[in-house]
Amino acid sequence: MTVTHGVEPMVKADAICKNFGSNQVLKGIDLHVQPGEVVCLIGPSGSGKSTFLRCINHLETVDGGRMWVNGKIVGYDLKGSKLYEQSHNDICRSRTEVGMVFQQFNLFPHMTVMENLIEAPRLVRKEKKATAMARAMSLLEKVGLAEKADAYPRQLSGGQQQRVAIARALCMEPQLMLFDEPTSALDPELVGEVLKVMKDLANSGMTMVVVTHEMHFARDVADRVVFMADGYVVEQGPAREVITNPQNERTKAFLASVLSEPAAA
Amino acid sequence: MTAVTTRSEQTAPTADGYTVVKAKHPGRWLAAAVIVVIAGLLARSVMTNPNFGWDVVGLYLRDVSIGRGILVTLGLTAVSMAIGIVLGVVFAVMRLSVNPVVRSAAFAYVNFFRGTPVLVQLLFWFNLAALYPVITLGIPGVELDANQLITPMTAAILGLGLNQGAYMSEIVRAGILSVDHGQTEAAEALGITRMQTMRRVVLPQAMRVIIPPTGNETIGMLKTTALVSVISVPELLYSAQIIYARTFETVPLLIVASLWYLLITSILTIGQYYLERRFARGNQRNLPPTPLQQLKRFFATHDALSLKGTKK
Repeated sequence: MTVTHGVEPMVKADAICKNFGSNQVLKGIDLHVQPGEVVCLIGPSGSGKSTFLRCINHLETVDGGRMWVNGKIVGYDLKGSKLYEQSHNDICRSRTEVGMVFQQFNLFPHMTVMENLIEAPRLVRKEKKATAMARAMSLLEKVGLAEKADAYPRQLSGGQQQRVAIARALCMEPQLMLFDEPTSALDPELVGEVLKVMKDLANSGMTMVVVTHEMHFARDVADRVVFMADGYVVEQGPAREVITNPQNERTKAFLASVLSEPAAA
Repeated sequence: MTAVTTRSEQTAPTADGYTVVKAKHPGRWLAAAVIVVIAGLLARSVMTNPNFGWDVVGLYLRDVSIGRGILVTLGLTAVSMAIGIVLGVVFAVMRLSVNPVVRSAAFAYVNFFRGTPVLVQLLFWFNLAALYPVITLGIPGVELDANQLITPMTAAILGLGLNQGAYMSEIVRAGILSVDHGQTEAAEALGITRMQTMRRVVLPQAMRVIIPPTGNETIGMLKTTALVSVISVPELLYSAQIIYARTFETVPLLIVASLWYLLITSILTIGQYYLERRFARGNQRNLPPTPLQQLKRFFATHDALSLKGTKK
């Protein structure tokens, strides 16, 4: 395990289990993510990567184990030795520290880009419109979409929508960003622009957990790659090492099939 | 291509030298002819049968008490629909609650008001004083005389509004369920609470699904208000009934009422049509043509009759 002692990890997953009915999706995941670290979760579909990611911000409740984010147990208040289940509104409040980007963008189609960005700051943090708009505008500039502030999501390409979705998540000034296959719904020629924004974000020191099939991104940007299969962490380590020189047989087989794909296409 | 001035079933040769012969549709023309004949016979009967009393119809069409009845009908429709929509949203949200008691209560409401005839409900409200002569609402010091409180008008508003709420809640629920779950998740991930998500994210998007059937319900409500004539609310039908009770010109006055209902529902239908088009915008790539556009297209394709010949 790569726990650096002395620094409180941003994410501390301790034997996380999750079932959907009788189907055990996560079978005890241990994972620590340090502040500023970029971790890519890779693995075959159905391996539980996305479910694990969704457990981090409590979109899924865990059935076993403990999830800690930024030193606090997700979904509970710890008082003495007792864990008090949080109310829905408390959960919402703690989610503001964690931004999330979805495969299907999930922008609000009835709002303009600007309205999408300032909605949560206005509703959740009760910010003044001008303050929120100023921050939103600087974020849109960062993702290269300042001129699209008044456009509706439907008028944008997939890549532009996903960049807006990233800016929307950043507008809540999170300390941790979760990406759930952010480029899987995109046409191949649009993947690059989203990965570039994510790379810039990683370089700015943001803590990121990324579920992805983009092995080049994982190799070049991630500090650590975690290979999951069948609800277990099978192999993990420095990104370049795992991807160029995997040790586990399953990791080897998976990487061989994924990396041969561009040649076939 | 330029218009051909003679009646023609053939177009001029195309650039590659072929002559295109348009398809004929004898079946369509036959069906249209049969319908025109039947309609003509019907119209002749309506105009020649003296029992219709068209002169009396003309006399009462703009009668003052009929006019007052129309205003009551319109007012009752508007108020009942407003109550129905508000209750509909409330009960739809309750039906989707995580609390099983709240969910069941909403289900019971919908089931009761959809499961009993609205006419029976109206009579119940009208006779509320027989059930509760004094209404206290459980608050000490409040003693309301049910006979004074429940006028025919309040009974009508309560009956129609509560009944409509049950139907609207199903429509609103369908609308809410039509919104992609990813929307709720995105809002949740941003820390937006459930109620805020419903109000700011889900309901605005559900409107596209809610609006068209609500237009339908409004038209339905306009006609349903005729039922409250049984509890002597002076709406359109009751106003006509009062007149024919005096003059025995039953059929002409029923025609007067029908013509007015027809006129108002027609106006509402046109409004609904354009409202639906508006809410379909951006969702459908090609909007269906308006009736006017359809008519133009009909004559453009069936140009055998047209002396202007072919366009294209």
